[in-house]
Amino acid sequence: MALKFEVLGRFNRARAAQLTLPHYLCQTPLFMPVGTQGTIKGLTKNQLEEIGCQIILGNTYHLALRPTSELIDELGGLHKFMNWPRALLTDSGGFQMVSLLHLADITEKGVTFQSPVDGKPMLLTPEESIQIQNRIGADIIMALDDVVRTTITGPRIEEAMYRTLRWIDRCIAAHKRPNEQNLFGIVQGGLDPVLRDICVRGLVERNLPGYAIGGLAGGEDKDSFWRVVAQCTAALPEDKPRYVMGVGYPLDIVVCSALGADMYDCVYPTRTARFGTALVPEGVLKLKHQAMANDIRPIDPMCECMLSRDLHSSIVEGRFPEFVCKFLQTMFPKGDVPEWVCNAMEVAGIDISSCCREMRFDVDKSSTL
Amino acid sequence: MKFAVKKGWSNGRARSGVLQLGSCPFPIQTPALLLTTRKGLPPFTSPDLLTSSLPSPDSHLLQFSPLHFLEGISPKTISNIGGLHQMLSLHQHIFAAVPRDSIIALPEHDSTNKYGASFQTPGGRLLIKPAEYVELVSSMKPDFWVTLADEVPAWVSNKRNRTSVDRTLRWLDDCLSLNKESTTIFGSIVGGSSIEERHRCAQEVAQRNVSGYWIGGFGLGESMDERAALLTAVTDNLPEDMPRHVSGLGLPEEVLQGVAAGIDLFDSTYVYHLTLGGFALTFPLERNKGENADYQLSDSGGDGMKINLKATVYRKDTSPIVESCICFTCQNHTKAYLNHLFNVHEMLAQTLLEIHNTHHYLGFFCSIRKAIEEGKFEQFRRNFVESRRDRLFAAASSA
Repeated sequence: MALKFEVLGRFNRARAAQLTLPHYLCQTPLFMPVGTQGTIKGLTKNQLEEIGCQIILGNTYHLALRPTSELIDELGGLHKFMNWPRALLTDSGGFQMVSLLHLADITEKGVTFQSPVDGKPMLLTPEESIQIQNRIGADIIMALDDVVRTTITGPRIEEAMYRTLRWIDRCIAAHKRPNEQNLFGIVQGGLDPVLRDICVRGLVERNLPGYAIGGLAGGEDKDSFWRVVAQCTAALPEDKPRYVMGVGYPLDIVVCSALGADMYDCVYPTRTARFGTALVPEGVLKLKHQAMANDIRPIDPMCECMLSRDLHSSIVEGRFPEFVCKFLQTMFPKGDVPEWVCNAMEVAGIDISSCCREMRFDVDKSSTL
Repeated sequence: MKFAVKKGWSNGRARSGVLQLGSCPFPIQTPALLLTTRKGLPPFTSPDLLTSSLPSPDSHLLQFSPLHFLEGISPKTISNIGGLHQMLSLHQHIFAAVPRDSIIALPEHDSTNKYGASFQTPGGRLLIKPAEYVELVSSMKPDFWVTLADEVPAWVSNKRNRTSVDRTLRWLDDCLSLNKESTTIFGSIVGGSSIEERHRCAQEVAQRNVSGYWIGGFGLGESMDERAALLTAVTDNLPEDMPRHVSGLGLPEEVLQGVAAGIDLFDSTYVYHLTLGGFALTFPLERNKGENADYQLSDSGGDGMKINLKATVYRKDTSPIVESCICFTCQNHTKAYLNHLFNVHEMLAQTLLEIHNTHHYLGFFCSIRKAIEEGKFEQFRRNFVESRRDRLFAAASSA
């Protein structure tokens, strides 16, 4: 264990905390921008610090390809290589393999795929993934999991969940730097509450420094999405960070934080910026649109707004429900807050009736939530 | 605008001067470099980095081509905003409008005719008339602007060359008469590779009521050898105490040649092209003869002046581009990291490299000014050219 997690404030399930990592003292809830190849596209480390970025995510798959984890290790680790003084997190490499390489195949051994460099068959095992991540040296490393899309149904989901549990043991065994790097387990199980429950229990038994909720943010409907998050956050230990992978849109971050999650990552803000879309409190601004051609106003008059920083301080300062209401009012000025958000906030115990044109009470308040 | 040559600081024709323009609260020492921009901003450096990571006020001189704005944001909108300074929020920077740049507005002398100057741009060929040009410029409110010129390369016929001078003079007068807001204008001087025409044009322009002189038609294929005489043919006919600006002289030796001829302001795409190709400037800024040991070696495709950061020899090089350089890039990053960024085609590569190259090149201009003020410019120039020759020789013989 190489982290400390201290809750500073709460509102029902939502919590604001201090997460102390080897390289940086972070405030949660926090969002981690994705710096795929050892850089956030086009931004210098100073600009990132100024924005308030606390943790950057690096992609193991890409870095292992170029410049290779051995080179990064030889030059003192990714922090030194990038000269990033704050925290880093690396993913396991598994997701990219499955999503980028159409000939990837998952077996008990690991993920087999065709090398994009020379077409040779290659195998990424849990052991190999951890070794690569040990060499890269991030503060948080992710276990190799068997991730399936939530849009798939059938026995594959159960198979993946149990395999993820078997693989976590192999990851733990292979991890050579537990005092400097925190290995997070990833909860799988698709949209099935029974499978998710088994997986959570299994991971919690292993007493890991932190836990991620994986397998979401892949196209499932929002109603299913929030329920899985709610179930997992309810079952995961209070005193350890919870990371919802691949989330996402500002609205999703607010809802998941209300339900008790602490960390997020997504390519959304960086990717959407490259296509000329600005994120603003009201939603998005498509800057390439003809309508913007002669608009001389700044993008966001309240340009200091940074969602995670505001989330953290609003919880600590005891005004989280007010923050959520204001957020929803700005984003949905006509009061058309989506049903799934209303339901999730109901479970989170946050009264958003002032923002909704009509309230809906459609929630199954079974104990798993 | 105020410009003054520092008396007693001249070395032959080379001179040290001070330029003061409205927007910038700091005086600019000359000879000085104007940074090339695309639509007012350096190609890879955002405005906040421009102000935070480049030396002040050296980096406050920005050259732009009004033709960049014919596509995209309309000049009317720029005018409504209040001009370029306002739009880019660079209130203390100096914007100089020069129609031609070697990136996306290349003079197309074949298509230029009596109505206007033709330019080859990514959007196709553009013909721009003096009236249109003046209107474009006035919507942007630059600190100074250069009159429309008919630039021709070195190999055109004498007749074509003469025509280019006649046209340029006529357009100069057009621009002057259309200049209702009495903004600061530099008269354009052309003349190709004919000493007589250069003479004639310079003498004519010197009689007009302008605030400075822009010398065009260089960097379009003439050789360095023939250029020296052409430059002095112009500068010898210009008043001492008015600024002279030349475009297209990019290489350090070309800058030195220009300074030796009495030029005060330079803009070129040298830094841009270096950065695009992954080349980092490394030549020593302080020169002592005999100091040959510390330049970077040739096995990386370098030549003592610059290194190619894409070369595999830098994969594990944890030193900065230049050890003693105080730019953001050298203070924070290694050649290994830059090599990786270029290798994986990341945007940050060019941003970091442009910062270094610009910083280094501005440092070169600083050394030039220092040499002039110490009365040692000719020696500085000689040393520079000779040690470059030595390095090239050493590089070639060790290859």
